[in-house]
Amino acid sequence: MVANDHVDFDAAEGEVHALLGENGAGKTTLSKMLTGLYRPDEGEIVLFGRTVEFNSPRDALDAGIAMVHQHFRLVSPFTVAENVVLGDERDVGRSFLLRPGAIEGRVGELSRRYGLAVDPRARIWQLSVGEQQRVEILKALYQDARILILDEPTAVLTPQEAEALFETIRAMAADGRTVIFISHKLHEVKAVADRVTVLRRGKSIATVAAADATPRSLAALMVGRELEAERRPAERGPVGEPVLKLDGVWADGDRGVPAVKDVALTICAGEIVGVAGVAGNGQRELAETIVGMRPLTDGAVEVCGRRLTGGDPREAISAGVAYVPEDRLGTGVAPSLSVASNVVLKSYRGSPVSSGPFLRFRRIRDLARGVIDRYDVRTSGPNAPAWQLSGGNLQKVVLAREFSGEPAVLVVASPTRGLDVAGIETVHSYLREAASAGVGVLLISEDLDEILVLADRVAVMYEGAVVGERVVGVATVEELGLMMAGAGSED
Amino acid sequence: MRIERRLRQPWWLTVVVPVVSIAVALVLSGVVLFLTGHPPLKSFRRIIDAAFIANGALTETIISATPLIFTGLAAAVAFRMNLFNIGGEGQLYSGAITGAAVGLLMAGSPSPLIFVGMIVAGAAGGALLASIPALLRAFFSTNEIITSLMLNYVVALVLEYLIFDSHSYLRDTSGFEANVFPQGKTLPDEATWSSWTIHGLVLPLGFLVALAVAVFVWVLYSRTRFGFEVQVIGDSTRAGRYAGMRTRRKIVAVMCLSGAIAGIGGASQMGDFRHQLDPRGLRDASYGYTGIVVAALARYNPFAVVLVALLIGGLTNAGFTLQGADFPAGLVGVMQGLILFCALGGELFVRYRVRFAW
Repeated sequence: MVANDHVDFDAAEGEVHALLGENGAGKTTLSKMLTGLYRPDEGEIVLFGRTVEFNSPRDALDAGIAMVHQHFRLVSPFTVAENVVLGDERDVGRSFLLRPGAIEGRVGELSRRYGLAVDPRARIWQLSVGEQQRVEILKALYQDARILILDEPTAVLTPQEAEALFETIRAMAADGRTVIFISHKLHEVKAVADRVTVLRRGKSIATVAAADATPRSLAALMVGRELEAERRPAERGPVGEPVLKLDGVWADGDRGVPAVKDVALTICAGEIVGVAGVAGNGQRELAETIVGMRPLTDGAVEVCGRRLTGGDPREAISAGVAYVPEDRLGTGVAPSLSVASNVVLKSYRGSPVSSGPFLRFRRIRDLARGVIDRYDVRTSGPNAPAWQLSGGNLQKVVLAREFSGEPAVLVVASPTRGLDVAGIETVHSYLREAASAGVGVLLISEDLDEILVLADRVAVMYEGAVVGERVVGVATVEELGLMMAGAGSED
Repeated sequence: MRIERRLRQPWWLTVVVPVVSIAVALVLSGVVLFLTGHPPLKSFRRIIDAAFIANGALTETIISATPLIFTGLAAAVAFRMNLFNIGGEGQLYSGAITGAAVGLLMAGSPSPLIFVGMIVAGAAGGALLASIPALLRAFFSTNEIITSLMLNYVVALVLEYLIFDSHSYLRDTSGFEANVFPQGKTLPDEATWSSWTIHGLVLPLGFLVALAVAVFVWVLYSRTRFGFEVQVIGDSTRAGRYAGMRTRRKIVAVMCLSGAIAGIGGASQMGDFRHQLDPRGLRDASYGYTGIVVAALARYNPFAVVLVALLIGGLTNAGFTLQGADFPAGLVGVMQGLILFCALGGELFVRYRVRFAW
């Protein structure tokens, strides 16, 4: 498949250039070519006036191009300084004996210069996601990258952290470095970039000055049509009986310490309740507890009046709990299995997918074809392995499967992470549809905007506890932001 | 030159790559033969003749291949779910012990009854041993590679103890000779498994059972819900848990199934071929470990396991027949090694493609 079709793209020294496009538009492919992970089949890359050919990421790094990936590539038991010099072959990293003092000095200097506050002696696992990202940027700067590619850097940050990152980006550009900023978020692109190149279906559609663009015009370029206004339909009908009731729920995290603390929540049929919070404050664990993937240590989970023993996903599924996990590839789908297999991942146990101990393959294929057609999943066919699908298409498969179980409760965690504007729109409309059909939706998201657009009520989690609950429309962003940061929880 | 992951795997690759791999292995073997002063083509002809063509060769090959089919299937069944049961060796011994014990205990019963009893006992013996690493893995996340491997040594010592270091029920203590040269009690005639002869080709009962197990495994893994769960859990345990599968139970079930298959292999050794517990012989044959190689070469496909077992069995058999001053037995081992090396190396080309820059 052609992921990049005659893409023209240029970035000047000292420029912040945003790369905007839907998922599967070819942004990642383009950046992988620039960093030597892929080779172009046609065309050339000209760097500082010279045509270059990258045979490996090493070549690109030597030429001064570095990338900060969405998923960090850090060694978690190592210190910040050690991670920064990892792979460096010029200077202190090259000597046989590590000289921590010298390395820490250099790292400290860089972090001061660009406002990247991080302790060079801290170990990676002790750092927050935002700090880890700073380490990645430091690593690139340390290697004297002239061109930095940031792949959706704000996806994991709080609004405040994102603002600090923009400062760093501007400082780097002022120093004559080029920053290529990959994003879906239109207002960010507008806030930080000098120019924007829009990719669509592997082609470069336009390059515009950020100052001249509006989020609306950018979105139109990106999807090739005007988007519907992103507003919640005013009324969706009355909410019904409670379908999910959490009462004093406690659960342990992966490290064995309580990650969910005394959470009480009620969700009624036809209602969307958002759970906001900075990543890592127990939201994932809460979701896993509700769906039975994590045992309760105390409290009760009730679905439609039926109390669950907890810790058993099958029990939760049969009680009517559907779950769209944050980790799509690996939890939500089995990556090397076919799309068809993943469509029946939960329904394989009963009729009509199986009869007795045997599976009915024709039924499975028909079901998969139905999902592919109805949800417009872009794939080469029902037998294609799931890992080949782009994030948005994968999410469609997961949502289709979860809806098909006719759930009473739908727990969704970061359902639009990594999706493009059109994908986000699709997911949002499915969630609204589910709520109007009488499903109680628990929407866990780090994107506050998303919650405000979709939810009726919002609960904020901080360090495992629900620190406040507000009705959307009454709550202000500032108020919620403060609660997310652990301050001002008066109730 | 670059190596890239293939987005699509054309179906013909799964046929062409193994064939080319084996061809490359044969060429390399030819070089080895040439360097050691054996004319390659003539040597190959001798090997093929000794393995498959000569009078009775195919029967001998089937005898060598039967235990490898069992242990190969045992490994394939577990490896498909990313459960690395390295304990096929011990599970085979264990099945041999229980199989032989039942064969002796049921002396005097009708033969078919004894056969069934020995098969069930062998399966139970293997499954019982496999259940130890299975339970440890399922409930304590213990690495099954290590536990199953270590149990091989434990059972090997139990086997030694039963025959050499004790006056167990399984040891032959009837005569003077048996006291000086310890050996297992010989199974009664009615416990000797039947065989059928077709045009001079002898088909032992164990071989037919092995084929039946291969068909069973194929149906189980590609047509049933059980197989679907194995696929999902093998690919991602979290996805399996998410979908409400009982992953712990499945680990125990698959591991025990694997052990049971190896155990039937042990019972077949007793009933079909050896007729008495023979610790040294079983250990020297190391069917369990070779079975892992067979499963890997067959890419865990049960029918391919049968074919690969016949190939490896044939080579082993040829090695026995040809070994002598002019043909060191090690040469066949070298060939087996080269086939394994090339076949596993060839795997790379199924999943990745190599592109040359120009």
